[in-house]
Amino acid sequence: MNASISAAELDRPLIAVRQLHVRFGRQEVLRDINLSIPRGQTLVVIGESGCGKTVLLKTLVNLVRPSSGEVIFDGRRLDRLGDRELTQQRIRFGFVFQSAALFDSMTIGQNVAFPLRQHTNYRAGEIQEMVLARLAEVGLPDSVTAKKPAELSGGMRKRVGLARALVMNPELVLYDEPTTGLDPIMSDVINELMIRTRRNHPVTSVIVTHDMLSARKVADRVVMLHPVARLKPGEPQVVFDGPPSALDRCGDARVRQFVHGEAGERLMEMRSAAAG
Amino acid sequence: MSLDVSHPTEPEERSRVTSGALQEWTADWGGVALDGVQALGDMALFSWHTLAWLTRRLPKRETLLPVLYQVGVLSLPVVALTGMFIGMVLAVQTFFQFQQLGMETRLGAVINMSLARELGPVLAATMLAGRVGSAMAAELGTMRVTEQIDALASMGANPIQYLVVPRFLSFVLLIPTLTVMAVFMGVVGGYFYSVVILGIDKHHYLYNTQQFVGSFDLFSGLFKSVFFGVAISLVSCYQGFHCSAGAEGVGKAATSAFVQSFVLILAMDLCLGIVLDSIYFMIWPEGGSIFGG
Repeated sequence: MNASISAAELDRPLIAVRQLHVRFGRQEVLRDINLSIPRGQTLVVIGESGCGKTVLLKTLVNLVRPSSGEVIFDGRRLDRLGDRELTQQRIRFGFVFQSAALFDSMTIGQNVAFPLRQHTNYRAGEIQEMVLARLAEVGLPDSVTAKKPAELSGGMRKRVGLARALVMNPELVLYDEPTTGLDPIMSDVINELMIRTRRNHPVTSVIVTHDMLSARKVADRVVMLHPVARLKPGEPQVVFDGPPSALDRCGDARVRQFVHGEAGERLMEMRSAAAG
Repeated sequence: MSLDVSHPTEPEERSRVTSGALQEWTADWGGVALDGVQALGDMALFSWHTLAWLTRRLPKRETLLPVLYQVGVLSLPVVALTGMFIGMVLAVQTFFQFQQLGMETRLGAVINMSLARELGPVLAATMLAGRVGSAMAAELGTMRVTEQIDALASMGANPIQYLVVPRFLSFVLLIPTLTVMAVFMGVVGGYFYSVVILGIDKHHYLYNTQQFVGSFDLFSGLFKSVFFGVAISLVSCYQGFHCSAGAEGVGKAATSAFVQSFVLILAMDLCLGIVLDSIYFMIWPEGGSIFGG
């Protein structure tokens, strides 16, 4: 009996969305998204604020329910699973939130140990060892375990968030704006950690960011979304899907403006809105 | 006669504007009704999930104990104080009326029956709604706004099982005890004011209490308190979970938690009072009155 992953499983994308629509009340956020992410890929999702990138990320792990369409994780319809099965599948992802989302009432040590206590039967001593190992991986000293999240800087909290997301050795790691709000050096530290994570563990990564420097450094593939409110009817929301090297050659003005940080037409729109 | 339809006549114009305004008004009220029904449905589902998780898996000791401490131990002093003052206020307010009828010795029965059946449970529940309920809504609301609830879900913990069930259980287990404390301190306060300050005869005060206040009265109070506890915990947790963004959202959640809990307490008090009265008269058809007979 072959215990390793079968050829069919390797070919199958780890996670895919088909005809995904997400609406909050009357506001359409995601329109007909079709995306397939193979195992081991590092996908970066870029786009203007409000284009739906964070909603897409959260829909991938069923933190947001799709209004219609399918979310398929490793061959299973994630949006159709019951509570118990969903819990089983969620152990296979790690999610790094924008502000780390650490539990305020717990210490750093308790935060990182949380998934282990929740899902495993390791003894306290073993858990402590694993927690310290993860924190060391992200460059944090042992002394940080007794502190509370409020006592740490933003960069340190983000790194703790990463340690917590990785503690269960997930197959899929999702990052929501990992470098936003950090200084340039700390941003690069996070970039290095993301690269090192995929080198040391066989993970598939999906990163939502507007940091183009970070995107170019870590991405295998870049997808750009455009806000639905500014799309013409019938126009696709995904305006770019390809390797980072193709970004500069892209003919779409919207992509060029975003990538080069040009206000261009947006400034004219704002001026005419203010005047009118 | 003009057949030009591009220039409507004045009456036509007025009727178009009126029907437009009427449509908008109907749509607004329709919207309110739809929102109300949706919120009610949401709340029902939330309560259902809480009960389902309660039966599926009990919270761990290290999760439950801090909540029990918050809800029970820390509320004890303030609930006791509330009870004591209510007992004394009751004495103050009813003494004069009863003295006019020459029935001031019956004050014991009135004060203690009111405390056991109504004021003890309702005021203890209101105090808990204000002290613990709105704090819970604010705490859970802050967790919602800082994505901590999403973080829980993403790590395979069910937020309702982890956050709501311990709070629900704590309320249901502890509110009867806190009600007993409120009633007891009310009895003490009432006794102190009536006998020591107003000078009512101690023997008659206690004798009348014993005559007219029975275990059914205390049972009614405790029975109601459990329902109040269920309402406060579910409403407060629901408001926290469905908090809108920012500090304003958290503030609104805390306020709504208290206001809705309080309204529910009063409504349930009325309904349960009617139900319990019917049960009382089914068991004891002759009944008994504090005014003799």
